[in-house]
Amino acid sequence: MTGILRRVGMTIGLPVLLLAAWWFASANSTDFFFPPLSQILESLVDEWFGPRLAADVLPSVLRLAAGYALAAVVAVSLGVLIGTSRTVRGVLEPVLEFFRAIPPPVLVPIFILLLGIGDGMKVVVIAFGCMWPILLNTVEGVRAVDSVLSDTARTYGITGVARLRKLVLPAASPQIFAGLRQGLSVAIILMVISELFAASNGLGFAVVQAQRSFAIAETWAGMLMLGLLGFLLALLFRVVENRQLRWYHGLRRAQRSS
Amino acid sequence: MLDVRGIKKVYESKDRTVEAVRDLTFTLQAGELACLVGPSGCGKTTLLKIMSGLLDPTAGEVLLEGKRVDGPPPGMAVVFQEYGRSLFPWMTVRENVELPLKQKKLATTRRKELVDESLAAVGLAEAHAAYPWQLSGGMQQRVAIARAVAYEPHVLLMDEPFAAVDAQTRADLEDLIRDLWHRFQVTTLFVTHDIDEAVYLGQRVLILSNSPTVIRDDLAIDLPDERDQLTTRSSPRFAELRARVYEQIHRAKPAAEPVGAGATAVPPSADHGTAEFGA
Repeated sequence: MTGILRRVGMTIGLPVLLLAAWWFASANSTDFFFPPLSQILESLVDEWFGPRLAADVLPSVLRLAAGYALAAVVAVSLGVLIGTSRTVRGVLEPVLEFFRAIPPPVLVPIFILLLGIGDGMKVVVIAFGCMWPILLNTVEGVRAVDSVLSDTARTYGITGVARLRKLVLPAASPQIFAGLRQGLSVAIILMVISELFAASNGLGFAVVQAQRSFAIAETWAGMLMLGLLGFLLALLFRVVENRQLRWYHGLRRAQRSS
Repeated sequence: MLDVRGIKKVYESKDRTVEAVRDLTFTLQAGELACLVGPSGCGKTTLLKIMSGLLDPTAGEVLLEGKRVDGPPPGMAVVFQEYGRSLFPWMTVRENVELPLKQKKLATTRRKELVDESLAAVGLAEAHAAYPWQLSGGMQQRVAIARAVAYEPHVLLMDEPFAAVDAQTRADLEDLIRDLWHRFQVTTLFVTHDIDEAVYLGQRVLILSNSPTVIRDDLAIDLPDERDQLTTRSSPRFAELRARVYEQIHRAKPAAEPVGAGATAVPPSADHGTAEFGA
Protein backbone atom coordinates (compact mmCIF):
# COMPACT_ATOMS: atom_id res chain seq x y z
CA MET A 1 0.00 0.00 0.00
CA THR A 2 2.72 2.44 0.95
CA GLY A 3 4.56 1.54 -2.25
CA ILE A 4 1.69 2.67 -4.42
CA LEU A 5 1.10 5.77 -2.31
CA ARG A 6 4.73 6.67 -2.65
CA ARG A 7 4.70 6.24 -6.41
CA VAL A 8 1.52 8.25 -6.86
CA GLY A 9 2.87 10.87 -4.48
CA MET A 10 6.08 11.19 -6.45
CA THR A 11 4.26 11.47 -9.76
CA ILE A 12 1.74 14.14 -8.85
CA GLY A 13 3.75 15.77 -6.09
CA LEU A 14 5.58 18.43 -8.08
CA PRO A 15 2.67 19.36 -10.37
CA VAL A 16 0.41 19.81 -7.37
CA LEU A 17 3.07 21.91 -5.68
CA LEU A 18 3.54 24.13 -8.72
CA LEU A 19 -0.20 24.57 -9.17
CA ALA A 20 -0.56 25.47 -5.51
CA ALA A 21 2.25 28.00 -5.80
CA TRP A 22 0.62 29.52 -8.88
CA TRP A 23 -2.74 29.60 -7.13
CA PHE A 24 -1.54 31.49 -4.12
CA ALA A 25 0.74 33.78 -6.07
CA SER A 26 -2.03 34.87 -8.42
CA ALA A 27 -4.98 34.74 -6.02
CA ASN A 28 -5.33 38.47 -5.56
CA SER A 29 -3.98 39.49 -8.91
CA THR A 30 -5.63 42.47 -10.60
CA ASP A 31 -3.28 42.42 -13.56
CA PHE A 32 -5.32 42.05 -16.72
CA PHE A 33 -2.84 39.71 -18.36
CA PHE A 34 -2.22 37.46 -15.34
CA PRO A 35 -5.62 36.51 -13.96
CA PRO A 36 -5.97 34.38 -10.83
CA LEU A 37 -5.56 30.66 -11.38
CA SER A 38 -9.11 30.11 -10.17
CA GLN A 39 -10.44 32.01 -13.17
CA ILE A 40 -8.20 30.12 -15.56
CA LEU A 41 -9.28 26.77 -14.18
CA GLU A 42 -12.90 27.88 -14.35
CA SER A 43 -12.43 28.69 -18.02
CA LEU A 44 -10.68 25.39 -18.58
CA VAL A 45 -13.52 23.39 -17.13
CA ASP A 46 -16.41 25.45 -18.50
CA GLU A 47 -15.13 26.27 -21.95
CA TRP A 48 -12.37 23.88 -22.94
CA PHE A 49 -13.89 20.78 -21.44
CA GLY A 50 -17.29 22.09 -22.47
CA PRO A 51 -18.33 23.26 -25.93
CA ARG A 52 -14.79 23.80 -27.18
CA LEU A 53 -13.95 20.14 -26.72
CA ALA A 54 -16.05 19.05 -29.66
CA ALA A 55 -15.76 22.28 -31.61
CA ASP A 56 -11.99 22.78 -31.46
CA VAL A 57 -10.05 20.09 -29.63
CA LEU A 58 -11.58 17.18 -31.51
CA PRO A 59 -10.92 18.51 -35.04
CA SER A 60 -7.35 19.30 -34.07
CA VAL A 61 -6.74 15.86 -32.66
CA LEU A 62 -8.26 14.23 -35.74
CA ARG A 63 -6.02 16.23 -38.03
CA LEU A 64 -3.06 15.36 -35.85
CA ALA A 65 -3.90 11.66 -36.03
CA ALA A 66 -4.28 11.76 -39.80
CA GLY A 67 -1.04 13.66 -40.36
CA TYR A 68 0.91 11.50 -37.93
CA ALA A 69 -0.39 8.25 -39.41
CA LEU A 70 0.40 9.43 -42.93
CA ALA A 71 3.90 10.43 -41.89
CA ALA A 72 4.49 7.12 -40.12
CA VAL A 73 3.47 5.00 -43.08
CA VAL A 74 5.40 7.04 -45.64
CA ALA A 75 8.50 7.51 -43.48
CA VAL A 76 8.83 3.89 -42.37
CA SER A 77 8.32 2.55 -45.91
CA LEU A 78 10.74 5.03 -47.42
CA GLY A 79 13.16 4.48 -44.53
CA VAL A 80 13.25 0.73 -45.07
CA LEU A 81 13.88 1.25 -48.77
CA ILE A 82 16.66 3.76 -48.20
CA GLY A 83 18.23 1.78 -45.40
CA THR A 84 18.43 -1.40 -47.42
CA SER A 85 19.86 -0.11 -50.66
CA ARG A 86 23.07 1.83 -50.84
CA THR A 87 22.26 3.16 -54.31
CA VAL A 88 18.88 4.47 -53.24
CA ARG A 89 20.51 6.11 -50.25
CA GLY A 90 23.16 7.75 -52.39
CA VAL A 91 20.64 9.07 -54.85
CA LEU A 92 18.08 10.37 -52.38
CA GLU A 93 20.25 11.64 -49.56
CA PRO A 94 21.13 15.15 -50.85
CA VAL A 95 17.50 15.90 -51.74
CA LEU A 96 16.24 14.60 -48.41
CA GLU A 97 18.79 16.61 -46.48
CA PHE A 98 17.61 19.73 -48.30
CA PHE A 99 13.95 19.22 -47.49
CA ARG A 100 14.69 18.21 -43.96
CA ALA A 101 16.54 21.44 -43.33
CA ILE A 102 13.53 23.64 -44.08
CA PRO A 103 11.70 24.57 -40.88
CA PRO A 104 8.12 23.35 -41.38
CA PRO A 105 6.42 26.56 -40.17
CA VAL A 106 8.00 28.33 -43.13
CA LEU A 107 6.30 25.87 -45.44
CA VAL A 108 2.83 26.73 -44.20
CA PRO A 109 2.37 29.76 -46.52
CA ILE A 110 3.63 27.67 -49.44
CA PHE A 111 1.26 24.84 -48.62
CA ILE A 112 -1.57 27.35 -48.34
CA LEU A 113 -0.80 28.47 -51.87
CA LEU A 114 -0.68 24.90 -53.11
CA LEU A 115 -3.45 23.30 -51.11
CA GLY A 116 -5.71 26.07 -49.90
CA ILE A 117 -6.73 26.49 -46.30
CA GLY A 118 -8.76 23.35 -45.66
CA ASP A 119 -8.10 20.31 -43.54
CA GLY A 120 -6.00 18.78 -46.29
CA MET A 121 -3.38 21.47 -46.04
CA LYS A 122 -3.11 21.09 -42.28
CA VAL A 123 -2.75 17.32 -42.49
CA VAL A 124 -0.03 17.68 -45.12
CA VAL A 125 1.85 20.25 -43.05
CA ILE A 126 1.78 17.98 -40.03
CA ALA A 127 2.80 14.94 -42.07
CA PHE A 128 5.57 16.70 -43.94
CA GLY A 129 7.09 18.15 -40.80
CA CYS A 130 6.98 15.15 -38.52
CA MET A 131 8.11 12.53 -41.03
CA TRP A 132 11.79 13.50 -40.88
CA PRO A 133 12.72 12.13 -37.46
CA ILE A 134 10.76 8.96 -38.26
CA LEU A 135 12.48 8.56 -41.63
CA LEU A 136 16.00 9.16 -40.38
CA ASN A 137 15.63 6.88 -37.38
CA THR A 138 14.15 4.14 -39.56
CA VAL A 139 17.11 4.35 -41.93
CA GLU A 140 19.52 4.09 -39.02
CA GLY A 141 17.64 1.19 -37.50
CA VAL A 142 17.56 -0.73 -40.77
CA ARG A 143 21.25 -0.16 -41.42
CA ALA A 144 22.24 -1.31 -37.95
CA VAL A 145 20.81 -4.82 -38.12
CA ASP A 146 23.33 -7.15 -36.49
CA SER A 147 25.60 -8.84 -39.05
CA VAL A 148 25.62 -12.23 -37.29
CA LEU A 149 21.83 -12.19 -37.16
CA SER A 150 21.72 -11.24 -40.81
CA ASP A 151 24.11 -14.10 -41.75
CA THR A 152 22.04 -16.52 -39.69
CA ALA A 153 18.90 -15.49 -41.54
CA ARG A 154 20.69 -15.96 -44.87
CA THR A 155 21.90 -19.45 -44.03
CA TYR A 156 18.37 -20.54 -43.15
CA GLY A 157 17.04 -19.16 -46.43
CA ILE A 158 15.09 -16.27 -44.90
CA THR A 159 15.06 -13.77 -47.75
CA GLY A 160 12.78 -11.24 -49.37
CA VAL A 161 9.54 -10.29 -47.64
CA ALA A 162 10.08 -12.84 -44.87
CA ARG A 163 13.41 -11.23 -44.10
CA LEU A 164 11.75 -7.83 -43.89
CA ARG A 165 8.96 -9.02 -41.61
CA LYS A 166 10.93 -11.33 -39.37
CA LEU A 167 14.37 -9.74 -39.25
CA VAL A 168 14.66 -6.15 -40.46
CA LEU A 169 11.52 -4.57 -39.01
CA PRO A 170 11.72 -6.17 -35.56
CA ALA A 171 15.45 -5.45 -35.34
CA ALA A 172 14.92 -1.82 -36.32
CA SER A 173 11.81 -1.33 -34.18
CA PRO A 174 13.51 0.21 -31.12
CA GLN A 175 15.05 2.84 -33.37
CA ILE A 176 11.82 3.32 -35.29
CA PHE A 177 9.92 3.90 -32.05
CA ALA A 178 12.48 6.48 -31.03
CA GLY A 179 11.81 8.26 -34.30
CA LEU A 180 8.06 7.99 -33.82
CA ARG A 181 8.37 9.53 -30.38
CA GLN A 182 10.26 12.53 -31.74
CA GLY A 183 7.80 12.77 -34.61
CA LEU A 184 4.91 12.97 -32.17
CA SER A 185 6.35 16.07 -30.51
CA VAL A 186 6.89 17.73 -33.87
CA ALA A 187 3.39 16.78 -35.00
CA ILE A 188 1.77 18.45 -31.99
CA ILE A 189 3.69 21.65 -32.60
CA LEU A 190 2.73 21.66 -36.26
CA MET A 191 -0.87 20.91 -35.42
CA VAL A 192 -1.03 24.21 -33.56
CA ILE A 193 1.03 26.19 -36.06
CA SER A 194 -1.00 25.04 -39.04
CA GLU A 195 -4.07 26.51 -37.36
CA LEU A 196 -2.56 29.86 -36.48
CA PHE A 197 -2.68 31.39 -39.93
CA ALA A 198 -5.70 30.25 -41.79
CA ALA A 199 -8.23 28.16 -39.94
CA SER A 200 -11.82 28.16 -38.79
CA ASN A 201 -11.55 25.73 -35.92
CA GLY A 202 -8.96 23.94 -33.84
CA LEU A 203 -6.92 24.37 -30.69
CA GLY A 204 -4.41 26.74 -32.20
CA PHE A 205 -7.15 28.75 -33.83
CA ALA A 206 -9.13 28.97 -30.59
CA VAL A 207 -6.13 30.11 -28.55
CA VAL A 208 -5.29 32.84 -31.05
CA GLN A 209 -8.93 33.88 -31.27
CA ALA A 210 -9.17 34.08 -27.49
CA GLN A 211 -6.02 36.16 -27.36
CA ARG A 212 -7.26 38.57 -30.02
CA SER A 213 -10.60 39.05 -28.34
CA PHE A 214 -8.84 39.62 -25.01
CA ALA A 215 -10.40 36.60 -23.38
CA ILE A 216 -7.29 36.23 -21.28
CA ALA A 217 -8.42 33.44 -19.01
CA GLU A 218 -9.42 31.43 -22.08
CA THR A 219 -6.00 31.99 -23.59
CA TRP A 220 -4.21 30.69 -20.52
CA ALA A 221 -6.64 27.81 -20.25
CA GLY A 222 -6.00 26.95 -23.87
CA MET A 223 -2.31 26.66 -23.09
CA LEU A 224 -3.07 24.33 -20.18
CA MET A 225 -5.31 22.29 -22.46
CA LEU A 226 -2.50 21.91 -24.99
CA GLY A 227 -0.11 20.79 -22.27
CA LEU A 228 -2.62 18.22 -21.03
CA LEU A 229 -3.17 16.94 -24.55
CA GLY A 230 0.54 16.55 -25.17
CA PHE A 231 0.94 14.80 -21.84
CA LEU A 232 -1.88 12.35 -22.55
CA LEU A 233 -0.58 11.56 -26.03
CA ALA A 234 2.90 10.93 -24.67
CA LEU A 235 1.42 8.61 -22.05
CA LEU A 236 -0.53 6.71 -24.68
CA PHE A 237 2.62 6.41 -26.77
CA ARG A 238 4.54 5.01 -23.79
CA VAL A 239 1.87 2.38 -23.21
CA VAL A 240 1.96 1.21 -26.83
CA GLU A 241 5.76 1.27 -26.97
CA ASN A 242 6.12 -0.72 -23.76
CA ARG A 243 3.93 -3.45 -25.15
CA GLN A 244 5.66 -3.60 -28.55
CA LEU A 245 9.17 -3.35 -27.20
CA ARG A 246 8.81 -5.53 -24.13
CA TRP A 247 11.49 -7.84 -25.53
CA TYR A 248 13.85 -4.93 -26.04
CA HIS A 249 13.43 -3.56 -22.52
CA GLY A 250 13.99 -7.05 -21.14
CA LEU A 251 17.11 -7.45 -23.25
CA ARG A 252 18.56 -4.13 -22.10
CA ARG A 253 17.80 -4.94 -18.48
CA ALA A 254 19.59 -8.26 -18.84
CA GLN A 255 22.58 -6.58 -20.47
CA ARG A 256 22.79 -3.89 -17.82
CA SER A 257 22.73 -6.30 -14.94
CA SER A 258 25.40 -8.65 -16.35
CA MET B 1 28.78 -35.16 -49.42
CA LEU B 2 30.76 -31.93 -49.25
CA ASP B 3 33.55 -31.25 -51.70
CA VAL B 4 35.92 -28.33 -51.22
CA ARG B 5 38.11 -27.76 -54.25
CA GLY B 6 40.99 -25.36 -54.53
CA ILE B 7 39.48 -22.60 -52.43
CA LYS B 8 41.45 -19.40 -52.58
CA LYS B 9 40.56 -16.08 -51.02
CA VAL B 10 42.41 -12.85 -51.54
CA TYR B 11 41.37 -9.65 -49.82
CA GLU B 12 42.24 -6.54 -51.76
CA SER B 13 42.18 -3.05 -50.31
CA LYS B 14 43.76 0.19 -51.47
CA ASP B 15 46.82 -0.29 -49.27
CA ARG B 16 47.52 -3.97 -49.55
CA THR B 17 46.52 -7.31 -50.89
CA VAL B 18 46.18 -10.13 -48.39
CA GLU B 19 46.11 -13.73 -49.50
CA ALA B 20 44.15 -15.16 -46.63
CA VAL B 21 43.60 -18.61 -48.07
CA ARG B 22 45.85 -20.07 -50.74
CA ASP B 23 44.48 -23.51 -51.57
CA LEU B 24 42.11 -25.63 -49.57
CA THR B 25 40.96 -28.96 -50.92
CA PHE B 26 39.25 -31.74 -48.99
CA THR B 27 36.14 -33.89 -49.00
CA LEU B 28 33.68 -34.72 -46.27
CA GLN B 29 31.96 -38.09 -46.45
CA ALA B 30 28.31 -38.44 -45.49
CA GLY B 31 27.77 -38.89 -41.77
CA GLU B 32 31.32 -37.91 -40.88
CA LEU B 33 32.28 -35.77 -37.89
CA ALA B 34 35.41 -33.89 -38.92
CA CYS B 35 37.24 -31.16 -37.05
CA LEU B 36 39.15 -28.32 -38.62
CA VAL B 37 41.88 -26.85 -36.48
CA GLY B 38 44.53 -24.25 -37.12
CA PRO B 39 46.47 -21.37 -35.62
CA SER B 40 44.67 -18.10 -34.92
CA GLY B 41 44.13 -15.94 -37.95
CA CYS B 42 44.66 -18.71 -40.46
CA GLY B 43 41.31 -18.19 -42.13
CA LYS B 44 39.14 -20.81 -40.47
CA THR B 45 36.20 -18.45 -40.31
CA THR B 46 36.83 -17.29 -43.89
CA LEU B 47 36.74 -20.89 -45.04
CA LEU B 48 33.54 -21.54 -43.15
CA LYS B 49 31.87 -18.48 -44.62
CA ILE B 50 32.90 -19.59 -48.10
CA MET B 51 31.64 -23.11 -47.49
CA SER B 52 28.31 -21.85 -46.23
CA GLY B 53 27.87 -19.54 -49.20
CA LEU B 54 28.04 -16.32 -47.18
CA LEU B 55 31.26 -15.26 -48.90
CA ASP B 56 32.47 -15.81 -52.46
CA PRO B 57 35.93 -17.31 -52.97
CA THR B 58 38.45 -15.66 -55.26
CA ALA B 59 38.98 -19.05 -56.89
CA GLY B 60 37.83 -22.60 -56.36
CA GLU B 61 34.44 -24.01 -55.56
CA VAL B 62 32.46 -25.87 -52.96
CA LEU B 63 30.11 -28.68 -53.96
CA LEU B 64 27.32 -29.84 -51.71
CA GLU B 65 26.05 -33.24 -52.84
CA GLY B 66 27.43 -32.51 -56.28
CA LYS B 67 25.84 -29.10 -56.66
CA ARG B 68 27.93 -25.96 -56.65
CA VAL B 69 27.43 -23.66 -53.65
CA ASP B 70 26.54 -20.15 -54.76
CA GLY B 71 24.95 -18.36 -51.84
CA PRO B 72 23.69 -20.19 -48.76
CA PRO B 73 22.34 -23.57 -49.91
CA PRO B 74 19.29 -25.22 -48.38
CA GLY B 75 20.28 -28.33 -46.51
CA MET B 76 23.12 -26.62 -44.69
CA ALA B 77 22.95 -25.22 -41.16
CA VAL B 78 25.57 -23.06 -39.46
CA VAL B 79 26.18 -22.51 -35.75
CA PHE B 80 28.15 -19.35 -35.10
CA GLN B 81 30.51 -18.52 -32.27
CA GLU B 82 28.54 -15.47 -31.15
CA TYR B 83 25.46 -17.21 -29.80
CA GLY B 84 24.11 -14.01 -28.29
CA ARG B 85 23.95 -12.37 -31.68
CA SER B 86 22.64 -15.30 -33.67
CA LEU B 87 19.36 -15.75 -31.81
CA PHE B 88 16.44 -13.41 -32.50
CA PRO B 89 15.86 -11.50 -29.24
CA TRP B 90 12.24 -10.66 -30.00
CA MET B 91 11.29 -14.32 -30.25
CA THR B 92 11.06 -17.00 -27.59
CA VAL B 93 13.29 -20.06 -27.70
CA ARG B 94 10.54 -22.08 -29.33
CA GLU B 95 9.90 -19.42 -31.96
CA ASN B 96 13.62 -19.17 -32.69
CA VAL B 97 13.93 -22.90 -33.30
CA GLU B 98 10.73 -22.94 -35.33
CA LEU B 99 11.60 -20.02 -37.62
CA PRO B 100 13.74 -21.91 -40.20
CA LEU B 101 11.11 -24.66 -40.25
CA LYS B 102 8.40 -22.16 -41.09
CA GLN B 103 10.63 -20.93 -43.87
CA LYS B 104 10.89 -24.49 -45.12
CA LYS B 105 7.07 -24.52 -45.25
CA LEU B 106 6.67 -27.59 -43.05
CA ALA B 107 3.24 -28.50 -41.63
CA THR B 108 2.40 -27.26 -38.14
CA THR B 109 2.36 -30.70 -36.54
CA ARG B 110 5.68 -31.68 -38.08
CA ARG B 111 7.21 -28.37 -36.93
CA LYS B 112 6.03 -28.93 -33.38
CA GLU B 113 7.47 -32.44 -33.44
CA LEU B 114 10.87 -31.26 -34.63
CA VAL B 115 11.02 -28.36 -32.19
CA ASP B 116 10.05 -30.51 -29.21
CA GLU B 117 12.48 -33.22 -30.19
CA SER B 118 15.46 -30.94 -30.73
CA LEU B 119 14.85 -28.91 -27.56
CA ALA B 120 14.61 -32.13 -25.58
CA ALA B 121 17.78 -33.43 -27.24
CA VAL B 122 19.75 -30.40 -26.04
CA GLY B 123 18.12 -30.50 -22.62
CA LEU B 124 16.10 -27.29 -22.89
CA ALA B 125 12.54 -28.61 -23.04
CA GLU B 126 11.47 -26.45 -20.06
CA ALA B 127 12.97 -23.27 -21.46
CA HIS B 128 10.88 -23.20 -24.61
CA ALA B 129 8.86 -20.14 -23.58
CA ALA B 130 11.84 -18.09 -22.39
CA TYR B 131 13.55 -15.35 -24.33
CA PRO B 132 17.20 -15.89 -25.33
CA TRP B 133 18.44 -13.03 -23.18
CA GLN B 134 16.95 -14.68 -20.13
CA LEU B 135 19.24 -17.68 -20.59
CA SER B 136 22.91 -18.22 -19.81
CA GLY B 137 25.55 -18.33 -22.53
CA GLY B 138 25.74 -22.12 -22.62
CA MET B 139 21.96 -22.39 -22.85
CA GLN B 140 21.84 -19.86 -25.66
CA GLN B 141 24.34 -21.88 -27.65
CA ARG B 142 22.25 -24.99 -27.02
CA VAL B 143 19.27 -23.17 -28.52
CA ALA B 144 21.34 -22.32 -31.59
CA ILE B 145 22.36 -25.97 -31.85
CA ALA B 146 18.76 -27.12 -31.38
CA ARG B 147 17.70 -24.76 -34.14
CA ALA B 148 20.35 -26.21 -36.46
CA VAL B 149 19.40 -29.79 -35.61
CA ALA B 150 15.64 -29.22 -35.98
CA TYR B 151 16.32 -27.90 -39.49
CA GLU B 152 17.39 -31.48 -40.43
CA PRO B 153 20.36 -30.27 -42.45
CA HIS B 154 22.49 -32.49 -44.66
CA VAL B 155 25.62 -30.72 -43.47
CA LEU B 156 26.21 -28.93 -40.19
CA LEU B 157 28.97 -26.33 -40.01
CA MET B 158 30.09 -25.08 -36.61
CA ASP B 159 32.38 -22.07 -36.35
CA GLU B 160 34.24 -22.27 -33.02
CA PRO B 161 30.89 -22.58 -31.25
CA PHE B 162 32.34 -23.10 -27.78
CA ALA B 163 35.11 -20.53 -27.89
CA ALA B 164 33.08 -17.99 -25.94
CA VAL B 165 31.79 -20.41 -23.33
CA ASP B 166 33.37 -21.35 -20.00
CA ALA B 167 35.40 -24.57 -19.75
CA GLN B 168 32.90 -26.67 -17.80
CA THR B 169 30.02 -25.73 -20.06
CA ARG B 170 32.28 -26.42 -23.00
CA ALA B 171 32.88 -29.99 -21.83
CA ASP B 172 29.11 -30.56 -21.57
CA LEU B 173 28.49 -29.08 -24.98
CA GLU B 174 31.23 -31.19 -26.57
CA ASP B 175 29.54 -34.33 -25.28
CA LEU B 176 26.23 -32.96 -26.51
CA ILE B 177 27.63 -32.63 -30.02
CA ARG B 178 28.82 -36.22 -30.04
CA ASP B 179 25.43 -37.39 -28.73
CA LEU B 180 23.55 -35.44 -31.36
CA TRP B 181 25.88 -36.73 -34.05
CA HIS B 182 25.31 -40.33 -32.96
CA ARG B 183 21.60 -39.77 -32.83
CA PHE B 184 20.97 -37.80 -36.01
CA GLN B 185 23.96 -38.90 -38.13
CA VAL B 186 24.47 -35.44 -39.63
CA THR B 187 27.67 -34.74 -41.58
CA THR B 188 29.42 -32.22 -39.35
CA LEU B 189 32.42 -29.96 -39.79
CA PHE B 190 33.55 -28.52 -36.48
CA VAL B 191 35.98 -25.61 -36.67
CA THR B 192 38.00 -24.89 -33.56
CA HIS B 193 41.27 -23.47 -32.33
CA ASP B 194 41.29 -25.87 -29.40
CA ILE B 195 43.46 -28.87 -30.26
CA ASP B 196 42.17 -31.03 -27.41
CA GLU B 197 38.61 -30.37 -28.47
CA ALA B 198 39.36 -31.26 -32.07
CA VAL B 199 40.97 -34.59 -31.17
CA TYR B 200 38.27 -35.42 -28.61
CA LEU B 201 35.38 -34.74 -30.95
CA GLY B 202 36.44 -35.73 -34.43
CA GLN B 203 36.75 -38.89 -36.42
CA ARG B 204 39.19 -36.90 -38.45
CA VAL B 205 41.17 -33.72 -37.88
CA LEU B 206 42.12 -31.37 -40.70
CA ILE B 207 45.02 -29.18 -39.76
CA LEU B 208 45.46 -25.79 -41.40
CA SER B 209 48.70 -23.94 -41.78
CA ASN B 210 49.38 -20.30 -41.11
CA SER B 211 48.22 -17.72 -43.58
CA PRO B 212 48.36 -18.05 -46.65
CA THR B 213 46.48 -21.11 -45.65
CA VAL B 214 46.71 -24.61 -46.99
CA ILE B 215 45.91 -27.98 -45.42
CA ARG B 216 48.97 -29.16 -43.57
CA ASP B 217 47.67 -32.51 -42.52
CA ASP B 218 44.61 -34.70 -42.41
CA LEU B 219 44.70 -37.01 -39.45
CA ALA B 220 42.40 -39.95 -38.83
CA ILE B 221 41.44 -40.24 -35.17
CA ASP B 222 41.27 -43.87 -34.18
CA LEU B 223 39.96 -43.34 -30.67
CA PRO B 224 36.99 -45.50 -29.70
CA ASP B 225 33.56 -44.34 -30.77
CA GLU B 226 32.31 -44.10 -27.19
CA ARG B 227 34.24 -41.23 -25.68
CA ASP B 228 34.01 -39.45 -22.38
CA GLN B 229 35.81 -36.49 -20.93
CA LEU B 230 37.61 -38.37 -18.19
CA THR B 231 38.87 -41.63 -19.69
CA THR B 232 39.34 -40.64 -23.30
CA ARG B 233 41.30 -37.52 -22.48
CA SER B 234 43.67 -39.39 -20.21
CA SER B 235 44.29 -42.26 -22.63
CA PRO B 236 47.81 -42.53 -24.12
CA ARG B 237 46.49 -42.64 -27.67
CA PHE B 238 44.75 -39.29 -27.08
CA ALA B 239 48.03 -37.80 -25.91
CA GLU B 240 49.85 -39.11 -28.98
CA LEU B 241 47.30 -37.75 -31.40
CA ARG B 242 47.15 -34.49 -29.58
CA ALA B 243 50.91 -34.17 -29.72
CA ARG B 244 50.94 -34.73 -33.47
CA VAL B 245 48.36 -32.06 -34.05
CA TYR B 246 50.13 -29.67 -31.72
CA GLU B 247 53.38 -30.26 -33.51
CA GLN B 248 51.88 -29.59 -36.92
CA ILE B 249 50.31 -26.37 -35.82
CA HIS B 250 53.27 -24.96 -34.01
CA ARG B 251 55.73 -25.43 -36.82
CA ALA B 252 57.04 -21.93 -37.35
CA LYS B 253 57.14 -21.86 -41.10
CA PRO B 254 53.93 -21.48 -43.07
CA ALA B 255 53.44 -24.45 -45.39
CA ALA B 256 54.36 -23.70 -48.99
CA GLU B 257 52.93 -26.87 -50.49
CA PRO B 258 49.39 -27.96 -49.95
CA VAL B 259 48.76 -31.55 -48.92
CA GLY B 260 45.91 -33.40 -50.61
CA ALA B 261 42.93 -34.63 -48.59
CA GLY B 262 43.19 -38.05 -47.05
CA ALA B 263 46.95 -38.15 -47.06
CA THR B 264 48.96 -38.00 -43.90
CA ALA B 265 52.32 -37.28 -45.45
CA VAL B 266 54.98 -35.30 -43.63
CA PRO B 267 55.82 -32.03 -45.39
CA PRO B 268 59.39 -32.05 -46.74
CA SER B 269 60.38 -29.20 -44.45
CA ALA B 270 60.04 -31.40 -41.35
CA ASP B 271 62.83 -30.44 -39.04
CA HIS B 272 62.77 -33.14 -36.41
CA GLY B 273 62.62 -36.80 -37.08
CA THR B 274 59.36 -37.43 -35.28
CA ALA B 275 57.41 -40.64 -35.30
CA GLU B 276 55.52 -41.71 -38.39
CA PHE B 277 52.10 -40.26 -39.03
CA GLY B 278 48.98 -42.08 -39.89
CA ALA B 279 46.67 -44.30 -37.97
